[in-house]
Amino acid sequence: MPQAYVPAAISRQPWSVLLPLIALVAFGAAVLYSAAGGRFGIWSATHLMRFAVFLVMAMVLARVPQTLFRRMAIPVYVALCLLLVLVELIGGIGGGSQRWLNLGFMTLQPSELMKPGIVLVLAWFYSVLPVGEVQGWRSVAPAAILLGIPAGLVMLQPDLGTGLAITFGAIVVMFLAGLPLKWFLSAGAAALIVAPLAFFTLLHDYQRKRVLVFLDPESDPLGSGYHITQSKIAIGSGGFFGKGFGNGSQSHLNYLPESHTDFVFATMAEEWGMLGGLFVLLVFGLIFRWGLKVANNAPDRFSRLLAAGMTMTIFFYMCINLMMVMGLAPVVGIPLPWMSHGGSSMMTNMICVGTIMAVERWSRAGPRGLS
Amino acid sequence: MNSKLPITSAILTHRFERRSFVMGALQGGVGVLLATRLGYLAVAQNEKYQAESESNRVNLTLIPPRRGWVIDRFGKALAANRADFRVDLIPDRVEDADETMKTLAELLALPPDRVRDIRDRLDKARGFQPVEVASSLDWDKFAAVSVRLPELPGVIPQRGYSRFYPTGAAVGHLVGYVGAASAEDYEKERNPLLITPGFKIGKDGLEKQFEVRLRGVPGARRVEATASGRIVRDLGTREDVPGKPIQLTINAGLQDYAARRVGLESGSVVVMDCDTGDVLAMVSMPSFDPNSFSDGIGRIEWKMLSEDDHVPLRNKVLRGLYPPGSTVKPMVAMSFLEAGLDPHATVNCSGGLRVGNRVFHCWQRRGHGTVDMAKGIYQSCDVYFYHFAQQLGMDVIAKMARRLGLGQEFPMPYPGQSYGTVPDPAWKMRKYKKEWALYDTVNATIGQGYMLVNPLQQAVMASRIASGREVMPQLLLNRNAPPPKSMGFRQDHLDYIHAAMSEVVNGRGTAGRARIPVDNVLMAGKTGTAQVVGLNIANGKSGAWKYRDHGHFICFAPFDKPKYACAVAIEHGGGSGAAYPIARDVMTYLFAPDKAVAVLDEFEKQWGGNVQQRMANSYNSFAARFGGSAPKPVPDDEDLTERVEAGRKPDLAPTDAQTDAAAPRAEPDPPFISVPSPPSPPLNPPLSQGGGQ
Repeated sequence: MPQAYVPAAISRQPWSVLLPLIALVAFGAAVLYSAAGGRFGIWSATHLMRFAVFLVMAMVLARVPQTLFRRMAIPVYVALCLLLVLVELIGGIGGGSQRWLNLGFMTLQPSELMKPGIVLVLAWFYSVLPVGEVQGWRSVAPAAILLGIPAGLVMLQPDLGTGLAITFGAIVVMFLAGLPLKWFLSAGAAALIVAPLAFFTLLHDYQRKRVLVFLDPESDPLGSGYHITQSKIAIGSGGFFGKGFGNGSQSHLNYLPESHTDFVFATMAEEWGMLGGLFVLLVFGLIFRWGLKVANNAPDRFSRLLAAGMTMTIFFYMCINLMMVMGLAPVVGIPLPWMSHGGSSMMTNMICVGTIMAVERWSRAGPRGLS
Repeated sequence: MNSKLPITSAILTHRFERRSFVMGALQGGVGVLLATRLGYLAVAQNEKYQAESESNRVNLTLIPPRRGWVIDRFGKALAANRADFRVDLIPDRVEDADETMKTLAELLALPPDRVRDIRDRLDKARGFQPVEVASSLDWDKFAAVSVRLPELPGVIPQRGYSRFYPTGAAVGHLVGYVGAASAEDYEKERNPLLITPGFKIGKDGLEKQFEVRLRGVPGARRVEATASGRIVRDLGTREDVPGKPIQLTINAGLQDYAARRVGLESGSVVVMDCDTGDVLAMVSMPSFDPNSFSDGIGRIEWKMLSEDDHVPLRNKVLRGLYPPGSTVKPMVAMSFLEAGLDPHATVNCSGGLRVGNRVFHCWQRRGHGTVDMAKGIYQSCDVYFYHFAQQLGMDVIAKMARRLGLGQEFPMPYPGQSYGTVPDPAWKMRKYKKEWALYDTVNATIGQGYMLVNPLQQAVMASRIASGREVMPQLLLNRNAPPPKSMGFRQDHLDYIHAAMSEVVNGRGTAGRARIPVDNVLMAGKTGTAQVVGLNIANGKSGAWKYRDHGHFICFAPFDKPKYACAVAIEHGGGSGAAYPIARDVMTYLFAPDKAVAVLDEFEKQWGGNVQQRMANSYNSFAARFGGSAPKPVPDDEDLTERVEAGRKPDLAPTDAQTDAAAPRAEPDPPFISVPSPPSPPLNPPLSQGGGQ
């Protein structure tokens, strides 16, 4: 958007992300309205309300100066780790796995907040790491510890999806921080060897079953494979133009499970067809392009890593969710940003967006003032 | 990479730019991958998924077709359908069987034995094979279950049609019964109709034999249903096409009457039209109630039927084999006539005849004096037949026996009939590798020894003697069937035999009390008493039931213009005295139903009610004694069929060659033998009926 020729109060707003976001959330609300059987109050209203609340939060976040971000990186990280331990303890007492804390007015999933949290703390770490150390072990060992603690705690819950998301965010930051490429290549090779071992030893039975069923959904058409099969039926039966708004039989007759949360894309694709799907992909593409552009224009190492890491965290959400609903990945329970109904993921994603908006502000402020 | 060069901030920034470009490329790549996948699912495979979505959305419920009726010759129903409310269980959908059954037992007021029967079937049933909980429910109970459906997964209440047999046990063996399809049936046919709740297939008798004709085409109801099975809306209903009816030659009234008239005895009655061969009644009693069999066989019912020594599960008409006793004598006399014997040739009966080194006794130890053919028949003199059979030979007799239907297979629509034996020298050589002996001939002429027949064959024999036509038993009504051709007997021979058989009933014969109480209608007949065990074990008249003689009677009426023929066989009745009163009343029913019914009503008062009432009483006493804890579990489907088959094994076939003379059994009512006098019409049957002499 040509910011220079529009009144300042308006042009100062980051429209290139707000417009796609509003489009996506509005579309999501429409899909939720249909999934609720034509009732607005059930899911759409809370969806829009949450977006409004978290948008304000993101705007506030965008005004936070970089120094505060830097100063808060470690305290936030420690606080989140403590919360994770707390959750683990409460779960242990309550008997069974618990992932959230009940704060009275909302339930808080510390593991959700850890996704942007890990990006923040690693971005800070690499910004303070002396440039010369990047090639040495000092650049990777502390990062591995910073990642290992929360990732381990989350996997213990057990929540494989979130654990992977945290790990992914961390690795992206390390990659962008300029660590030697051969480390990533050898780590990738090692993962290829360890993954099968982990599959048989570390994963819980139900997780292993999900992976197996993903490889052959028909083997368990009424159990775990049911989700994938029904999701593919919903998407496939929609065709190019869809069955029409409010006409999705898969979601309306409850054949599609989780039609308003994890499988909201299938609900959408059934009614809006491939056209709707391409629209969603396009909008996400705009958001990611904005995020990476902000990262590339960022004034310093910290904000660069921060913006790119946040962008990739959102990307990971979208990528895993869409691959899951289309039968390209196992069912892991990751919602689709801004379309799925759910407070935690909306909050996480808006924190990511708010952080990127903050970086955008710093880079605009940068040339004018001192860095 | 550049480990030798000192790393600078600029290098890192440059690296970031390159690597963030890689990230962007990764995002683009994933985007393209996702878009491709989306296109593949939504466009390339659209048809497949659309079909799957439709099959999700639309639920097809089969409506079991109404089964074709089985009707009698006048169009009266032998098996019909009636609308009812029913409740079934789908085992795979039941979540907590105990809890569900507890609730159902409460709502439907099921007795404990019924609950246990259902539990057994539920445990045995596979997958989606429905298990009937109750049928013929009233609206209140049906509604009570219907409103509690949400807490009763797997319970299917519905209204439909169920099979109904108006005369119950009377047609048990004739028509058979229906039941829920077994897993084996389903494996054979793979038809979803078979696992539709409320659908029944023929399990026995005509119901099984004519399954294809009777079944019809199911209707279907298309509904839009949610994943949990809740129906959202109706999309349309296709009506069922009812099965085609089958019309039998049976006279329903006569069938029911004969079944009731057998009373407490174990026996069979066959009535045929001797001009056409139409079977008017075919009764085997005691029997089972096909109505309650069709709901599944309960443990108490099974215990009651399987422990009964009167074998209610055996169709005695087609599977019961008996030595025919003296009922073969008109046939043997016919063979003599055809072989050229002068009917006026006589023999002197002094109470026995020496054959070889053995003496064969006449049943009348005092002797009959001078006996010609007619007297040989009406007094059932054994010596007359011993004498001339030796002269004319067994082959003559065996040939006539087969011509008249003994030992013959008839194409009746029932599996596994027993055909019995007409012995002759060649047969004995084949079977026992022994030469035919004179005493074999002697035994055969009085219907003992190796000779075994079933009651249907006796009825055919009576019909063929009566009409002189080669009648075949017909069960399916065909009014345009060509009349059977003549046997080729000389009319004067037939007349002679008819007159002698009439004398049995209406003159100086052995069954004087068999006269039918109808003016101008005279019945002709022949008694028969067949020994079950030798005289060394029992005298055949009294003592243990299973050692008593079988009683037979064959007859036809009117004697001068034969129209109906009848054969009665009473197992262990103690002699022909148990059989001919039944034949008399059954034949009376054809000419004067009112009189016959009046006689029967008297009897049923003494017997403790009609068939249904007696079976209900017996059931209640069993239920009271064993309650829900009847020890013997109900056999499952295949097992039941097997057990019934086992009950139907042709009995009495001698495994060893017989070498002894059969002791002929006293035939007649004593008062009429010694003092031949015009018999008084026995309108009031004696009270001691059926218990031997």
